[in-house]
Amino acid sequence: MTDLTRLDYASIRKGLTSKAFTTKEVVQSYINKMDSTRPLNCYITECTDKALKDAAASDDRIQNNEARPLEGLPLAIKDNYCTKGILTTNGSKILSNFIPPYESTITHRLKGAGAIALGKTNLDEFAMGSSTITSYYDPTINPWKKEGSDRDLTPGGSSGGSSASVAARSSLIALGSDTGGSIRQPASFCGVVGLKPTYGLCSRFGIIAFASSLDQAGPITRTVRDSAIVLKQMAGHDPHDFTSVKYPVPDYEAALTGNIKGLKVGIPKEYRMEGLDFEVSEWWEKTSQWLSEAGAEIIDVSLPHTRYALPVYYIVAPAEASSNLARYDGVRYGYRAEGAESIEEIYEMTRTQGFGDEVKRRILLGTYVLSAGKYEDYYLRAQRVRQKVTDDFTEVFKSVDVLLTPTTPTTAFELGENTADPLAMYMQDLFTVATNLAGIPGISVPVTTSREGLPIGMQLIGPRFGEEVILRTADVIERVAGFKLKEEF
Amino acid sequence: MSKNYVKTSTGTWEVVIGLEVHTQIKTNSKLFSGAATTFAGEPNSQVSFVDAAMPGMLPVPNKACIEQTVKTGLALNALINLVSVFDRKNYFYPDLPQGYQISQLYHPIVGPGYLEIDIDDTVKKIGIERIHIEQDAGKSVHDVMPSSSLIDLNRSGIGLMEIVTQPDIRSGEEAMEFIRKLRLLLWYLGTSDANMEEGSLRADVNISMHRPGTPFGTRAEIKNVNSIRFIGQAIEYEINRQIGLLEEGEQVVQETRLFDAAKGVTRSMRGKEDAQDYRYFPDPDLLPVILDEGFVQGLKDSLPELPDQKKKRFMESYGLSKYDASVIISDIRTPTYFESAVKNAGEKEGTAKLIANWVTTELFRVLKEESLEIDQSKIPAASLAELVNLIQDGTISGRTAKEVFLDMWTTGKPAKIIVEEKGLLQISNTSELEQLAENVIQENPDVVQKYKAGKDKLLGFFVGKMMQLTGGKANPKIVNEILVKKLSE
Repeated sequence: MTDLTRLDYASIRKGLTSKAFTTKEVVQSYINKMDSTRPLNCYITECTDKALKDAAASDDRIQNNEARPLEGLPLAIKDNYCTKGILTTNGSKILSNFIPPYESTITHRLKGAGAIALGKTNLDEFAMGSSTITSYYDPTINPWKKEGSDRDLTPGGSSGGSSASVAARSSLIALGSDTGGSIRQPASFCGVVGLKPTYGLCSRFGIIAFASSLDQAGPITRTVRDSAIVLKQMAGHDPHDFTSVKYPVPDYEAALTGNIKGLKVGIPKEYRMEGLDFEVSEWWEKTSQWLSEAGAEIIDVSLPHTRYALPVYYIVAPAEASSNLARYDGVRYGYRAEGAESIEEIYEMTRTQGFGDEVKRRILLGTYVLSAGKYEDYYLRAQRVRQKVTDDFTEVFKSVDVLLTPTTPTTAFELGENTADPLAMYMQDLFTVATNLAGIPGISVPVTTSREGLPIGMQLIGPRFGEEVILRTADVIERVAGFKLKEEF
Repeated sequence: MSKNYVKTSTGTWEVVIGLEVHTQIKTNSKLFSGAATTFAGEPNSQVSFVDAAMPGMLPVPNKACIEQTVKTGLALNALINLVSVFDRKNYFYPDLPQGYQISQLYHPIVGPGYLEIDIDDTVKKIGIERIHIEQDAGKSVHDVMPSSSLIDLNRSGIGLMEIVTQPDIRSGEEAMEFIRKLRLLLWYLGTSDANMEEGSLRADVNISMHRPGTPFGTRAEIKNVNSIRFIGQAIEYEINRQIGLLEEGEQVVQETRLFDAAKGVTRSMRGKEDAQDYRYFPDPDLLPVILDEGFVQGLKDSLPELPDQKKKRFMESYGLSKYDASVIISDIRTPTYFESAVKNAGEKEGTAKLIANWVTTELFRVLKEESLEIDQSKIPAASLAELVNLIQDGTISGRTAKEVFLDMWTTGKPAKIIVEEKGLLQISNTSELEQLAENVIQENPDVVQKYKAGKDKLLGFFVGKMMQLTGGKANPKIVNEILVKKLSE
């Protein structure tokens, strides 16, 4: 019998409905894979017993011809999605004992559509990072290695556990969240597809906030088609999230026509910047050639405020985070330091012991930029520049349909690299943050492996609610690229 | 010279007062969650996951709170801002679960307006600077457990309006009258119960002293004064304290003070140097509140008759004195009772005035004695109307009516029945009364002589005698006429 973990969801679903195999068999193969890949540390919490029970119920449904849109989908959930009755740590000591009495809208919808939760995946603490190294639960390891090397590489972050598990086949599809690139960068590092939808398309309710105006939920998958399938079930208005948009959800899978004749693809010149790896640059060129050969028109465009996106991001995101994280005070839930003698001590000791260095760094940054006398110079100015960055995109999408850029300046780096230098780590977000600032969608799709044998991903950026066009274009790239995960995964 | 000036041995002082009134918005559920707002629920029985600031929870504005605040703004002749923004006010406190209060600093929903108050027979306009919406905090309970504090989050997240005046108030009396009038307006509007005992209305009092014609002095802020009487007392104390300081050549310190009701003094709570940096910034979980003209106009059209309009109408259509009209409109239920009585009594000359009289004297007295509200009156409006009709058509005298009124109150019987049962019909039979008058005159020749010698006031003596003889049932008008006639013979 074929290894069921090698099938994409479209094939799994076909096999389930034609009764070629059962959900239980599918889920069991994934559980086996979870066991064998445990050294990668993709999961913080595994829910295999529950998954097997759910699988049995799923098989009953299939027997009764009551299969739902995501019936039997083995799903991994980033550990910043609240899951009812299941430990939800957000990669932090401060939530190391937190079991939510409620379910996030997205996981609720996906479970309702038939997805089966395998477990909760590792992430940078509070989704702050690009390496999954800041997790309280130790780093996740990228299944990829450089040719001829056995040194551990980072899967990227913050959705590193999710990306690594999809690549290592210990989940079929994983949920991520993307505040500055946290879905796309790890997807690129792990050779999988990562989609950050338009801000407001997917509900944030029940996803632990990092930076509320930037956070967005999205899927990490092995194929573009799987992203389209799962996005349809994630998207849609949620009355519990005031920033959620009332937008009729299209059939994203139907958008994968393979036809991009006449599509206008913009190449932003500002993304050819210092620090961009030569090979990544080469493949960027090559990908645009593929699109051209498929009938698209390649157009050089300019996004003049690009270089301000990163500094703006590192003002806005920490500012919101400093306030969002004030609730972790040891009073009502989560970790509380022992031995405090006063309420001030409860706060100080709990937060000192409960948060890691990166989280503290961002709380300090955020507190500083919001403080009296600094607010106007930093936060307000950053918001004005954010508008400029957004205007750049609005302007450019008057003349092109999608933008093509690399997802990251380099391929995956070694575990522990860049940790001593926060700025070098922040550079990881160079190509991804602008879309978060503008609230527009972006997708990373793998195109090849580098000479060292590591995946290289390209990013397609669309206008607001342009998910269909970026999925369609990514699908064309995927077909031409013929990228494959390593056989041994 | 203004009568509000305070004269001392060193000259004249003027007090300058501005108020910040916090009043609970009358709605069934909280500002950003579906939890109930009922007063005095079991501790922590009215707390949603949003109110407890659980991870991943998001605020969703309660439309009713917006409507109620806009209505209040319209009734205060204020500018309604079609775009307003919720900001976060960041600080740590155990009964503030989010670590920030959601408020509106930069763009409040209601802009400048005014409220007219009657003070010493003149109308004074008190400027309103703004009204904004904010969340209430929970309650810390320190005296139940010996070594720990308890938190009750029932109030956490309840919607408040903060109504901020211009520094237009010039005496404690004006401040108290402003609160009385504002409270009445809120009752009429139904936008707040404005109940000081339940803490649903409280005021911060900003107060400074200066010499008339010179710039305003340094102000102190007295926080959270929760009764009209205390506001008067706090201001009185503060005026004396500040004058005392200034006349000793000392400075008034800009600080926050608390009013100690038991001792009738204000005490320093924290100085300006301890003022917290609240790091206000727009709440990224909440989009700006955008109202359209039609919505505001709809609310404007739906406003009920307000106290000043009602007073004017009562004076114009019922001929009430300004005083009576003011008394009747000064709570929300009395006008209904009054108008119902007038309607039942029928439109006759003087009916309304007579009813107003009975309501504000006899009825108010018995209500007060039994601590009842007027809508709990044991004499319904229709019954009072009947009693007044009996007086007007001469069936009973005013004096008898008072007796009947008390019987009605205790027995619940209609006036007519009581009059019949007790034989209280007024004697209007002229010949019967003429005979009695004759007797009285003959029995008191000396008094007659004095009367005839010019002591007109002795007429009352004869009237009194006749009333005595008839048990008060004689029609006083006819008695008067007969006596005057007979005594001049």
